[in-house]
Amino acid sequence: MKKIITNEKESLTSQERTGMKRRDFFKLLGGGIFIFFQPRDTFKLLELQAQQGRSLPTEFNAFLQIAEDGSVNCYTGKIEMGQGAITSLAQIMADELEVPFENVKMVMGDTDLCPWDGGTNGSQTTRSFSPHMRVAAAEAKTILMQLGSDYLHVPVSQLEVKDGIITDIKNNKSKVSYGELTKGKRIEKHLDGKPELKDYIKFKYVGKPYLHQDSRLKVTGEAKFSADIQLPGLLHARLLRPPSHGAKLVTADLSEAEKIKGIQVVRDGDLIAVLSDDRDKVDQAIVKVKAGYSFDETEVDDKTIFDRILKANSETNVIKSNGDLETGRKISDSVTESEFHNSYVAHATIEPHAATAMIEGDKITVWVSTQQPFRAQETIAREMNVPLEKVRIKTPFLGGGFGGKSAHKQAVEAVKLAKITGRPVVVAWTRQEEFFYDTFRPAAVVKITSGMDKSGKITLWDYNTYYAGARGSDTIYDVPNARTTNYSGGSVHPFGTGAWRAPGNNTNTFARESQINIMASKAGMDPLEFRLMNLKDEKMIAVLKAAADKFGYTPARNPSGRGYGIACGTDVGTLVAHIAEVKVDKITGHVQVIRVVCAQDMGLCVNPQGTTIQMEGCITMGMGYALTEEIQFQGGDIKNHSFDTYEIPRFSWVPKIDTVIMDRKDQAPQGGGEPTIICMGAVIANAVYDATGARLYQLPMTPERILTAMKKT
Amino acid sequence: MEETIRFELNGKKTQMLLDPNLTLLWVLRNEFGLTGTKYGCGMGFCGACTVLLEQEAVRSCTLPVSDAANKKIVTIEGLVLNGNLHPVQKAFMEHDALQCGYCTPGMIMNAVGLLLKNPEPSQQDIIKGMEGNLCRCGAHVRITKAIQTAGKEMKGGK
Repeated sequence: MKKIITNEKESLTSQERTGMKRRDFFKLLGGGIFIFFQPRDTFKLLELQAQQGRSLPTEFNAFLQIAEDGSVNCYTGKIEMGQGAITSLAQIMADELEVPFENVKMVMGDTDLCPWDGGTNGSQTTRSFSPHMRVAAAEAKTILMQLGSDYLHVPVSQLEVKDGIITDIKNNKSKVSYGELTKGKRIEKHLDGKPELKDYIKFKYVGKPYLHQDSRLKVTGEAKFSADIQLPGLLHARLLRPPSHGAKLVTADLSEAEKIKGIQVVRDGDLIAVLSDDRDKVDQAIVKVKAGYSFDETEVDDKTIFDRILKANSETNVIKSNGDLETGRKISDSVTESEFHNSYVAHATIEPHAATAMIEGDKITVWVSTQQPFRAQETIAREMNVPLEKVRIKTPFLGGGFGGKSAHKQAVEAVKLAKITGRPVVVAWTRQEEFFYDTFRPAAVVKITSGMDKSGKITLWDYNTYYAGARGSDTIYDVPNARTTNYSGGSVHPFGTGAWRAPGNNTNTFARESQINIMASKAGMDPLEFRLMNLKDEKMIAVLKAAADKFGYTPARNPSGRGYGIACGTDVGTLVAHIAEVKVDKITGHVQVIRVVCAQDMGLCVNPQGTTIQMEGCITMGMGYALTEEIQFQGGDIKNHSFDTYEIPRFSWVPKIDTVIMDRKDQAPQGGGEPTIICMGAVIANAVYDATGARLYQLPMTPERILTAMKKT
Repeated sequence: MEETIRFELNGKKTQMLLDPNLTLLWVLRNEFGLTGTKYGCGMGFCGACTVLLEQEAVRSCTLPVSDAANKKIVTIEGLVLNGNLHPVQKAFMEHDALQCGYCTPGMIMNAVGLLLKNPEPSQQDIIKGMEGNLCRCGAHVRITKAIQTAGKEMKGGK
């Protein structure tokens, strides 16, 4: 039974830990109806908290409020970085609560206002968070209907609600708004248990296309990012950086920098910074600091890294295994062995990492461009040796994330400098710092031995992925003798690596889907027909057919000279199939992508507009890692300092893009921010092969590599 | 070292005692609080810092403020007139031509500069004119369409 609790419990554990006392919390937010909920299953949440050093389980980690003015606020630790959660979550809320879409406000990523959250990553917001939010909204509606029934003196069954107004069906003059009902009240409800979701047929907002709700702020320049916070007395800081990863500071001569008028020079151990009211002045001053380093000579570079990866003393984990590889080999008519390489790739968000820190008394407030506000809070509390509640993280808009804004070096630096100088400090990384301290997508190797019988049926699949990560390493095809092995661990990388949009999956899908096309050509079959013959998954078959229909695909054995590529895969519960057309300049090796079609099955699509934009974005961004993006390095020295040597997709690259979203309203929503990017390496590699007969085994497919591969044919 | 520098900023005549070597980007952001103009690379490679100088799109991150002396500067904040969005801003909203929004002010300013020079750009003209502005989220398709729409509206409005 549902019970309305109006209680005065003195403490809520998660609020204590995030710094706000219960009374302050309600004082700040006023009255209304509060529904507290927990957007993950308890086990996962506890596991996550344990991993991140949070000791106590929370009762909830998001809540919504129907305020006294009838407005609906949802407080969540999720953040907005362009993925559109600010819009899609509001749609869901409006639908379940039966309020106008415009009345819903998302309050995101503020550690004082929002309950603890594990961070915005893995396309979790819609698939894991939103079902619980829907239940919370439905619960709020139930409470409001009960209040409406008491107010209007008619049973709930005689009431209907539309746009936040409850009306007596038998007397439409008898009505009351949500706002009137919540006035002067403070009602709390804590939700647990499994979500019961509203029937999709009744959706008014969900499933309809909505434009980005934050776009007016963004087209007028009003949207604030972490370096845009203007505070009285704000100092701009530049920090001394080592010339390479692994270099250790031995000597530092600050005298030249100290002579510059208006420059404050700060040293705290290895942290050396120059600060001033003017950014240009600190840019000029930092180069005056003379520093000597000792170097840890690392031999590896961007060419030898693959050898190092294969020879590393790694942990070996068989992730999946069925049948017997020896049997598979025996019954195979032909066996194909391939090795695929993938270079380090940068996130290269246009907004570099930034943080603005302010210390008032013993309270530290930091505006941080982060996908992990609560982890930033923990990091700063630990580094500054203060209790968690003394640190408040505010997350303004993020100028792109893609997994790259999960560490908080810049925030720690800003806070330390604010503490030392006694003034607010902004640390906004230069582009070179951004390229140096990025947590790159790891370089990786995939080795596949696969076999098939005379009919083209795959009989053997021995898949070995080295340092890419396991995501996307599933066979997906119906193979009787298959094994997937993941190699990881040890210190292979000469600098930091981390999650990059669909981590692991770009590399794994490139390898698997390239191998499938190699086999199809060997079998003398069209690559789409070869896939359809070897797939059992009905959903995957459906997305492949949908993509082929949209493209107007006709079968042909590759290389056909047409420049058509095909690839498919799964990520975060979503299935995708791509078909691309490319033109290859056989003299220069330059690839122009002419057209890309993608069909996607993501279950219920909350915002088709937002989804289409994410798909277009993934296709465009994915051309970069497929064709040009590659970190060049010698030991710990990163050679790419800016966009002149690290080329990301530009206007002239963009193909004609067609997207198909499968109609799966009756199924649970899956991830949408990442899946469409996973096929971009393979679909272009397969199209290049179809155009030229040259098979590329390494990403990115630079003109030089394409010309080299063409010479081999 | 500091000198009085005069210019017209977003329609208002202004003057300030400034080090002439400061870049226009940081003067706009720090002295005038116009934070819509963004730092992206500091070397003119990405276009996030684009503003109009005498109706022409320029990279403010590499421009000494002395080069703007006695000239007209328009930033993203100066495009809204009497509460009305500029046709390019409107078209960016209509086409949802943005995601994270960080490159957006620079994109819009570059597009306005392009349309002032060439009111009827072909798709190829737009691609060529926008080539130096980088967007990591991949909003390019929509930005191109938005500029086409805005071009038509600006022409119709004249």
